[in-house]
Amino acid sequence: METGKRNYYLEIADNAHILSHRLAENCSRGPFLEEDLACTNVALDLIGLAESVYNEIAKQLEGNISGDDVAYRRDEIDYRNCLLTEQPNDDFAHLMTRQFFMDTYHYYIFTELSVSSDTFLSALANKSLKEVTYHLKRSSEWMIRFGNGTKESSERAQAAINRLWRYTDELFTSDESYSDLIGTGVYPDQDKLKKSWMQKVDEVFFLAQLRKPENKGFQLHGGKSGRHSEHMGYILSEMQFLPNKYPDATW
Amino acid sequence: MKETLLDEATLLAEFEAKIDAEIKIEPRDWMPDAYRKHLIRQISQHAHSEVIGMQPEGNWITRAPSLRSKKILLAKIQDEGGHGLYLYSAAETLGVSRDQYIQWLHEGKAKYASVFNYPTLNWADIGAIGWLVDGAAITNQVSLQRTSYGPYSRAMVRICKEESFHQRQGYEIMWKMMEGTKDQQRMAQDAINRWWWPALMMFGPHDSDSAHTGNAMKWKIKRETNDRLREKFINKTVPQAELIGLKVPDANLKVSGTDSFGEPTYDHSDINWEEFWQVVNGNGPCNEQRLEHHVKAHQDGKWVRECAKAFQNNNDSINR
Ligand SMILES: [Fe+2]
Ligand SMILES: [Fe+2]
Repeated sequence: METGKRNYYLEIADNAHILSHRLAENCSRGPFLEEDLACTNVALDLIGLAESVYNEIAKQLEGNISGDDVAYRRDEIDYRNCLLTEQPNDDFAHLMTRQFFMDTYHYYIFTELSVSSDTFLSALANKSLKEVTYHLKRSSEWMIRFGNGTKESSERAQAAINRLWRYTDELFTSDESYSDLIGTGVYPDQDKLKKSWMQKVDEVFFLAQLRKPENKGFQLHGGKSGRHSEHMGYILSEMQFLPNKYPDATW
Repeated sequence: MKETLLDEATLLAEFEAKIDAEIKIEPRDWMPDAYRKHLIRQISQHAHSEVIGMQPEGNWITRAPSLRSKKILLAKIQDEGGHGLYLYSAAETLGVSRDQYIQWLHEGKAKYASVFNYPTLNWADIGAIGWLVDGAAITNQVSLQRTSYGPYSRAMVRICKEESFHQRQGYEIMWKMMEGTKDQQRMAQDAINRWWWPALMMFGPHDSDSAHTGNAMKWKIKRETNDRLREKFINKTVPQAELIGLKVPDANLKVSGTDSFGEPTYDHSDINWEEFWQVVNGNGPCNEQRLEHHVKAHQDGKWVRECAKAFQNNNDSINR
């Protein structure tokens, strides 16, 4: 498998995987039972998405490697998820704001990928769009509810936005290993994605009476090239514990 | 005054006639106070058990060793939460709100299944819970499908279908680990060592010591006795353990005969009732932890519930 392609695939898979891991941490901690179950549902959709991509990577890589090997047996520096996905749940406003940013991203990237000349990605995108559309509907409704609910909910949502905004620009950056295929019909144009993403965010923020932070230009990057936040090591040490400790075991 | 008493006697006779005729009691039907109270206690305890039960299994979500096992575990826990929802709905038909039930839980006035006060210490515990705890729950719930209260009976029918799936998945985890490395076999054996007795305790005290069995049997809320259900579970489960090479942690376990289908029945040791009552009364390894977890999630979610309510009210007033 060619490096650029592998990296692009890994970004998609790791984003879904790490985000679902964070959502799964929330299981039995939701604000009420129905919402607890709904978050788990999204986590399940995202694991399924990650799993198909990991399996495809394993198939295309040389050697006897499984999708789980790709998912679990890499060093932190080889995980290519964006910093946003690994940010902690904190309160429900942080969880949902992170989700809203990622759902919007997934919605547009899969819309674009659904017509990609990469047949695996276009099939994946077409399969995932229905789920992702539903995720986006849910998280935008929560943002609007936060903003128009109580003073506290609106303040918490604004605090989450202020905190997480700095990780949003990274979604639209390209690793140089695949940048030559960006905008060619294989991988979508990042500027176009960013524009669609921003429009949707603006629209929802308007309805929610929420706003971008004052210093919206302050942005952090690194996840896509394996330079993560301090949170990532803890995520992986839990996630990889059994495969690391018992490398010969199957479960 | 006399007239009311007379009415009450007639109503009770009608109620009991229905029970005798296996006609389900529905929310709008007249029912004796003690029947309602018994159901309020039992169904809410059942609902709380489903929800608190999410915690010991949830303890391993972030450490599930493969994508497949993580998906299965998440979906299983989600099912349990769903069971909680059906049961809270059934319990609400008795005229008490879910908020009130949760408040009683937090105040220690309502209980949940004691088995969830034991910790999950290795991955095989996820297998052992599915196999033994869900297995014990099914044995009980299959008989509750015929319970006399309509909403409870219908919830049980839905729930039983999913529980037997959980039991098979749990057994599959154990089976795979017993086929695996020495370390995995050790984990599996450790898990059954710790979960066997708590699973048997799930059936409750001996019928002779059970405060609630008498009325509950008379009104057909319960359809089989604690001891009878426990025997059924043991007879079903011991051969499953032996099949995959697990040793049941009971030195006195031995075949005592065969049942009407020719399947073996067993003699076994008695439960450690001292431990049983300690855990029921709050002194298990995780009682405080489980309740504190639930209370914290509920308190952390307060602003979210208030937000949703305020938003709904605003919308309602705009649309009006
Ligand atoms: Fe259940
Ligand atoms: Fe279950």
